Amino acid sequence: MVTTAEERAPVPTSEGTWQPKIVAFLCNWCSYTGADLAGISRIQWDPSVAIVRVMCSGRMDPTFVVKAFELGADGVIIAGCHPGDCHYQEGNYKALRRVHLLRRLLDGFGIDPKRLRLAWVSASEGDRWAETADEMTRQIRALGPMKVGS
Amino acid sequence: MTTLAKTKPKLALYWAASCGGCEIAVHDIKEKILDVDAAFEIVFWPVAVDFKVKDVEALEDGEIDLCLFNGAIRNSDNEYMAGLLRRKAKILVAFGSCACDGCIPALSNTTSRAATFDWVYRDSPSTVNPDDVRPQEETEVPVGTLRLPTFWERVCTLGQVVDVDYFVPGCPPQAHQIWAVLEAVIDILEHGKPLPPRGSVLGAGDRTCCDECPRTREEKKISRFVRPHEIIADPTKCLLDQGIVCMGPATRSGCGALCVSVGMPCRGCYGPAPNSKDQGTKMISALASVIDSNDPDEIDRILGGIVDPVGTFYRFSMASATPAGLSRLAGRDREALQERTS
Repeated sequence: MVTTAEERAPVPTSEGTWQPKIVAFLCNWCSYTGADLAGISRIQWDPSVAIVRVMCSGRMDPTFVVKAFELGADGVIIAGCHPGDCHYQEGNYKALRRVHLLRRLLDGFGIDPKRLRLAWVSASEGDRWAETADEMTRQIRALGPMKVGS
Repeated sequence: MTTLAKTKPKLALYWAASCGGCEIAVHDIKEKILDVDAAFEIVFWPVAVDFKVKDVEALEDGEIDLCLFNGAIRNSDNEYMAGLLRRKAKILVAFGSCACDGCIPALSNTTSRAATFDWVYRDSPSTVNPDDVRPQEETEVPVGTLRLPTFWERVCTLGQVVDVDYFVPGCPPQAHQIWAVLEAVIDILEHGKPLPPRGSVLGAGDRTCCDECPRTREEKKISRFVRPHEIIADPTKCLLDQGIVCMGPATRSGCGALCVSVGMPCRGCYGPAPNSKDQGTKMISALASVIDSNDPDEIDRILGGIVDPVGTFYRFSMASATPAGLSRLAGRDREALQERTS
């Protein structure tokens, strides 16, 4: 039988010690460099956010997002170049449209669409990245864990 | 040395939670059904042959050579039959979309067992049930106790309850594909041809429905989604180009592009395309890329034209859909959403 991701997902921590798990997919050219700048500049942001680098926000297959949720993420951030600044011309617009449709789908499944956030962060906006990560963490803390009873 | 004539391989067909269409599809192979009868000894086939479950229980384990199992697993009886036929059959095939991915019965996975019962036995407009009579698993009657199978909270695929050797998708699988599969099995059993790798999808293509579609595709730019009855579609152009949501890009080939050839969009019955696990998110990926706007409000307006994205994108694959698994986890969100809207 196929091992499902649910079975592999880490055991949730007990009540009261819950920390949100947020996966952030950052585009190589702007947002990842922006987060890097935040690090170099010693800007603090919430450690609940784990970063995955992708070449472009347009590379973000919606399958990655639901997979992240399936593996135990409580929230997902997709960050890319500002509109008009995409390294590949229009990848970020594709991400924008996909996120809009994916939010509708999540809503239809009873998953709060606020668990998926799209942000534009340029390579020079380290502070903006830190704000985005902190804001998302605050929002997910308010929403609580994705899994019932965890 | 035995003098018995060579025994024919044994064939069983069974239906669990299904509509019966897969059974009809087997008959759609027409006169070739006689070849099936000539090649196999049918030991169980409730829709066509009068054998009982106890006849199957009496067989040795592994005595059935091939079992084509259609239907999803909806209740404890379906689960029992799946387990029984798994033990008795050498080769167990998930036959049709219900057994492969959940199909129409699994659409109820978006709601709960209680809500399903409320709708069926109380709330639907065609229901008259003033005493609110509900099916009971056990009922005492003068002659004894009557028992009904346990209705599950959610619909599972065959592969989620037992090990499955092969998958034949389709709602229903097309006759030429069924025949191709049966012919291949006959070849394997009679001429010792090697079995395909376990877990393979048989009787289907390894591309997407678009690959078989006879319509002309152009550069896609969608500024408005329409439903098939709202326009008179150009019979030669890609339906998606014309704004009709067609599941072709996210659906496995193999049907011969039946629906699109007669003017209806692909509904996705052959399941997720090869190398993709989740049909709906792949469809989002394909569909959202071709929306003709970069403005968030305009994008939302265009997306508003897609009625029921969940039911449209997962019409045939809800039981194996990743977000449906998430939905079970996210009960808390659902409660919160209901509180906000009520």
